[in-house]
Amino acid sequence: MSTNATPKEIGAIDFGLMNPEEYRDMSATKIITADTYDDDGYPIDMGLMDPRLGVIDPGLECKTCGQHSGSCNGHFGHIELAAPVIHVGFTKLIRRLLRGTCRECSRLLLDEHERDEFAERLQRARDLDDDVNDVTKAAIRQARKADRCPYCGEEQYDVQHEKPTTYYEVQDVLAAEYPQLIAEAMQPDEEEDRPATSPQELADATDIELSRINDILGGEFRPREESREAIERALDVDLSEEDLNKLMPSDIRDWFEAIPDEDVEVLGINAERSRPEWMILTVLPVPPVTARPSITLDNGQRSEDDLTHKLVDIIRINQRFMENREAGAPQLIIEDLWELLQYHVTTFMDNEISGTPPARHRSGRPLKTLSQRLKGKEGRFRGSLSGKRVNFSARTVISPDPTLSLNEVGVPERVAREMTQTMNVNEQNIEEARQYVRNGSEAHPGANRVIRPDGKVMKILDQAKEELAERIEPGWQVQRHLSDGDIVIFNRQPSLHRMSIMAHEVVVMPYKTFRLNTTVCPPYNADFDGDEMNMHALQNEEARAEARVLMRVQEQILSPRFGENIIGAIQDHVSGTYLLTHDDPEMGGLPRFNETQALDLLRATGVDTLPDDDGTDEQGRPYWTGRTIFSELLPSALDLEFTSSTGDRVAIDDGALVEGTIDEDAVGAFGGEIVDTIVKQYSETRARVFINEVASLAMRAIMHFGFSIGIDDESISDAAEAQIDESMENAYERVQELIDTYENDDLESLPGRTVDETLEMKIMQTLGKARDSAGDIADEHFDDDNPAVIMAESGARGSMLNLTQMAACVGQQAVRGERINRGYEDRTLSHFKPGDLSAEAHGFVEDSYRSGLTPREFFFHAMGGREGLVDTAVRTSKSGYLQRRLINALSELETQYDGTVRDTSDNIVQFEFGEDNTSPVKVSSSDDNEIDVDEIADRVLAAEFEDEGEEFAGAQATNLSESADDRMDRDRPSSPIDVPEVGDD
Amino acid sequence: MTEITGEIEGIVEGTDLPKRLKDEVYESIEGRDVTDEQAASIAEAVESRYLDTRVEPLDPVGTVSAQSIGEPGTQMTMNTFHYAGVAEIDVTQGLPRLIELVDARKTPDTPMMTVYLDEQHAENREKAHEVVWNIESTRILALGDVSTNVADMLVQVNLNEQTLDERLISAETVAEVIEDSLGVEVTQTGTTIEFGPEQPSYRRLLQLVEELREIVFKGIDEVSRVVIRKEEVEGNEEFILYTEGSAFGDVLDIEGVDASRTTCNNIHEVYRNLGVEAARETIIDETMNTLEEQGLGDVNIRHLMLVADIMTAEGTIESIGRHGISGNKDSVLARAAFEVTVNHLLDAAVHGEVDDLDGVTENVIVGKPIKLGTGDVNLRMGGATTDGSGRAD
Repeated sequence: MSTNATPKEIGAIDFGLMNPEEYRDMSATKIITADTYDDDGYPIDMGLMDPRLGVIDPGLECKTCGQHSGSCNGHFGHIELAAPVIHVGFTKLIRRLLRGTCRECSRLLLDEHERDEFAERLQRARDLDDDVNDVTKAAIRQARKADRCPYCGEEQYDVQHEKPTTYYEVQDVLAAEYPQLIAEAMQPDEEEDRPATSPQELADATDIELSRINDILGGEFRPREESREAIERALDVDLSEEDLNKLMPSDIRDWFEAIPDEDVEVLGINAERSRPEWMILTVLPVPPVTARPSITLDNGQRSEDDLTHKLVDIIRINQRFMENREAGAPQLIIEDLWELLQYHVTTFMDNEISGTPPARHRSGRPLKTLSQRLKGKEGRFRGSLSGKRVNFSARTVISPDPTLSLNEVGVPERVAREMTQTMNVNEQNIEEARQYVRNGSEAHPGANRVIRPDGKVMKILDQAKEELAERIEPGWQVQRHLSDGDIVIFNRQPSLHRMSIMAHEVVVMPYKTFRLNTTVCPPYNADFDGDEMNMHALQNEEARAEARVLMRVQEQILSPRFGENIIGAIQDHVSGTYLLTHDDPEMGGLPRFNETQALDLLRATGVDTLPDDDGTDEQGRPYWTGRTIFSELLPSALDLEFTSSTGDRVAIDDGALVEGTIDEDAVGAFGGEIVDTIVKQYSETRARVFINEVASLAMRAIMHFGFSIGIDDESISDAAEAQIDESMENAYERVQELIDTYENDDLESLPGRTVDETLEMKIMQTLGKARDSAGDIADEHFDDDNPAVIMAESGARGSMLNLTQMAACVGQQAVRGERINRGYEDRTLSHFKPGDLSAEAHGFVEDSYRSGLTPREFFFHAMGGREGLVDTAVRTSKSGYLQRRLINALSELETQYDGTVRDTSDNIVQFEFGEDNTSPVKVSSSDDNEIDVDEIADRVLAAEFEDEGEEFAGAQATNLSESADDRMDRDRPSSPIDVPEVGDD
Repeated sequence: MTEITGEIEGIVEGTDLPKRLKDEVYESIEGRDVTDEQAASIAEAVESRYLDTRVEPLDPVGTVSAQSIGEPGTQMTMNTFHYAGVAEIDVTQGLPRLIELVDARKTPDTPMMTVYLDEQHAENREKAHEVVWNIESTRILALGDVSTNVADMLVQVNLNEQTLDERLISAETVAEVIEDSLGVEVTQTGTTIEFGPEQPSYRRLLQLVEELREIVFKGIDEVSRVVIRKEEVEGNEEFILYTEGSAFGDVLDIEGVDASRTTCNNIHEVYRNLGVEAARETIIDETMNTLEEQGLGDVNIRHLMLVADIMTAEGTIESIGRHGISGNKDSVLARAAFEVTVNHLLDAAVHGEVDDLDGVTENVIVGKPIKLGTGDVNLRMGGATTDGSGRAD
């Protein structure tokens, strides 16, 4: 394969270091000039923008491959470095190698036995998938212990590493001031009781001639190794000095070249792919121009890429280095230049090395070099390789549309005209295809492009569309506009679970927003306060089939997190069904409807005939109750009984609601019983129809009754107000009592708490109770038809606590779980006396939102509210990272045909998923027994007596499109569905 | 009512049901009057229901589980301290605790143990208290007052007789322990203990007091506080001890402790003392408790099992993240794409690694279909044409 050919599919990727020879071989040209363009704006030959490195300007031709910009990927060049430099990425490894190998013969400082042992351990670690670094580090540690090379016997010195790229050999040499040191040691020392040593004594003790001793003391003779040691022993003095011998990269390269392959292998380095000497660069590859494109600014000036800037620096220094060396410059200057070259090459690869000042742009901005391009969220790996930009996608604001099915999405025509689906033209659809082409790219169900069988793409222009339409033959492809019934993928970020990306069927609509059925808000966690969502048009038949079968909204009704429905009635739907089915004697019992009203309620559903009436009114006209109307939506054989969280028993017998109010527990998102049962016992399609119909019935119902909430709905009578005031007064008294006992030191502390803490806890408790009782008083006062109460009762929105806060008392404000205790010294605000422990001085808000807060209360309330905001901000980032880690760790796990859970390398993680192979989607996690054996047993026995078999789960095709719903068995004859006919052009 | 005959057993055992469901079937059959045939059809019906609820092959359960734990994370509080069951002991809760578990930290922020007692000790307050004193570390300030007599260069300890009796320590032992651990001569008369530095030194005197405060006379050093509570466990009232601080191995050896039920919230301690399976169980329990405490107990426990299983699959506890599972992946690209990109690439070069592109991330990077779910099967379209020019693929 030539260096230029890009593989179609990558089978595996080998990693290794590159041989300098290889760099030279693959290089398109040697780069010698630091200049980029000449005065005419043409790239200079053998300069950094040499046309052999590829082209970026349109119209120019690559001198290496002859292709134009866009198709030429670019080619590497190379710079011959004047002197070797160290690769910064490998400084630690270089240090290890220097320490572990012989300075003379370069062999690993382990005898054969040890070496084989480490080789064995390494192999074992590889087999066991352990960390290889543990073994190699141990090997180096062992090797460092050797003072002498076991092979050549050469003495070894320690190697010091000065970050980032300098290495020293530490040798012990005779200290420069040795005469002084000896003389000092010969002086008497009173503190340590040491008598003076005369030169004669020293001579005797060391076996050195006296004259020699005198020479040494006079600094005229440097003692040799042996005599030095003798003197040191005799005088108990250290005459050595650490001398740092700098190892130049060229020395290191020579050193490493001699390390035998077998020794390298013991250190975990693959000698065949990565010789250690290749970590010291002699040739620098120059990335192709395409990897560092220059930008032409508005004023015609060229602005070069950071990498180009860096390469310019390297070439300049390289040039200077060579010139100086040829001119025979002093060693000092050469070394300086060498260091400078090292710096530039270092920052070319990584500009964030600690201890080195980052290379900067003229403007002072640090340069973005190779390492920085790869790293981090916006880096090459996470930003460009793991996350890719795609075509055929659209994004706009979302808005609600209750007339759509939950499977559908309203797509603005403008979007539909831009996004295309490819049609393969054949005998059957050729007329249709021609019509699309005739419509052109401006009219809606039109087409944007046609592709001839030879692959030529032709844009459909207004002038040529008629003619083009006639030329179309089977075998051509037409890229037609997105139209009704097409399947698309819809997504809202953050995509926290799989229901954040679902497939919808397109309904093309006017205006500019995506339209959603409100029941799909919970899975996307969407609202319409300006949320935007993304849409992706699918581009091949496999993708469309997968999306339709696996990803369509109705297939995602059940959440795998808790195994119950996540799609269902929300907010006004719940209020609506509640009003429709609630039997409140005070409100005149179950709501009744005459024929017109009943038909109006059901008009947006698939029910087109009314059941038998429930009776007649005084005038003899038949009426239907809300429950009867609701029952029409249920599958006719449904039997269900449950208790809602308000304690209301709901009973459905044979598809008729006989008792109970339909509220959030029945039809709501997040585990509404009826929806859940229908998905599990009937089918996803049936459940979809049910949810759609409940939603439209509920909308009709709530419109029938009328439903609004205003500030007056939270006002309470003066009597109740007085009662609340009284209970507040009581609470204040109790708090004062607590404070008094505390101040008299009579307060008994709770186990494990200090008295202060106990007081705080007790006050909090008292005030909590005070708010609750205020709430209770207010609650008693509210009628059952109060809209806020209805919403809280039915679970549609809000809670009784919210109502309490609006009507009665906002309650204690807390920061960090405590009463507000900050601000001034010993007090929260200057309005209070220091040390005031009372309720109002520590953030108790006695007022209600309706009555309004005092300035002090408002301030405390803002403090508490602020904590909440901070908390959310911190939480989102933390939990986002947690999610990323979890997904990264678990993403490779998949169940296999044998029931085991394995990763993609076939390592078994579980022998049976969740210990019993049960799918979390199909069973509810809140039920005690996910499979109710007793119930099944009862059913089996009952069925036997009745002598009729029962289908538990109706197996039905679920991948039918919205328009094919007629085929679904609704457990009732004939049922046209609520969906508008799919547009036919 | 119906006896489980060999025949029924044969039928039930022949089904694909997991043990838990088999037991339930037996129970259900025993509870009512059924013939063998009816029993068989019950078993069959349960089995068919069970088979319906099984996971499908090639289901990407890993991602689903990760999402199912991560998604509720957004709804949890950041508030670190909250009272878990026992009001007296602060335990890290919410998101910080979940992160801590998944990180497999060596020591949790608030180590804690729940100590169950054996039969002899569980129902008797006195006996339970004996265990408490053996667990809770007793330091000098709990036993009496310490004063320094600068004039005589003496440290004086006035022990409280009542607490001594209560904690079952004698003044003699206190004196002995002080002597042993401080290496000074101690004089003890009644409940008064006196000692001082060998040579008069003010500094040494104060140092002795400091050291004295650190001495643990009884109990376990790490456990600073024990709360004893009477709770109902399976219909029985018994005393349960909650400790602040943990020393799981030591506690299991203490007499009166029921080692089979006692738990600890430090997964590493559980791993060291009871092994990796117990650690797995602890991870599941602790995560589940954390979620429940936040009102998110509806998360299916199977998701937590999968997380616990991948953390313990190697036989040791591995954390989820750069230093654990994600950092030990086979694929260079997968590691590079997660964190510390450059280092992974450089190391891979030196070691001459080969990336076989099996995993998910790698295939996203190189643009190939991933080998999960529908990407894990190959379909071939049969060419059913008569002229033999049928198209494959």
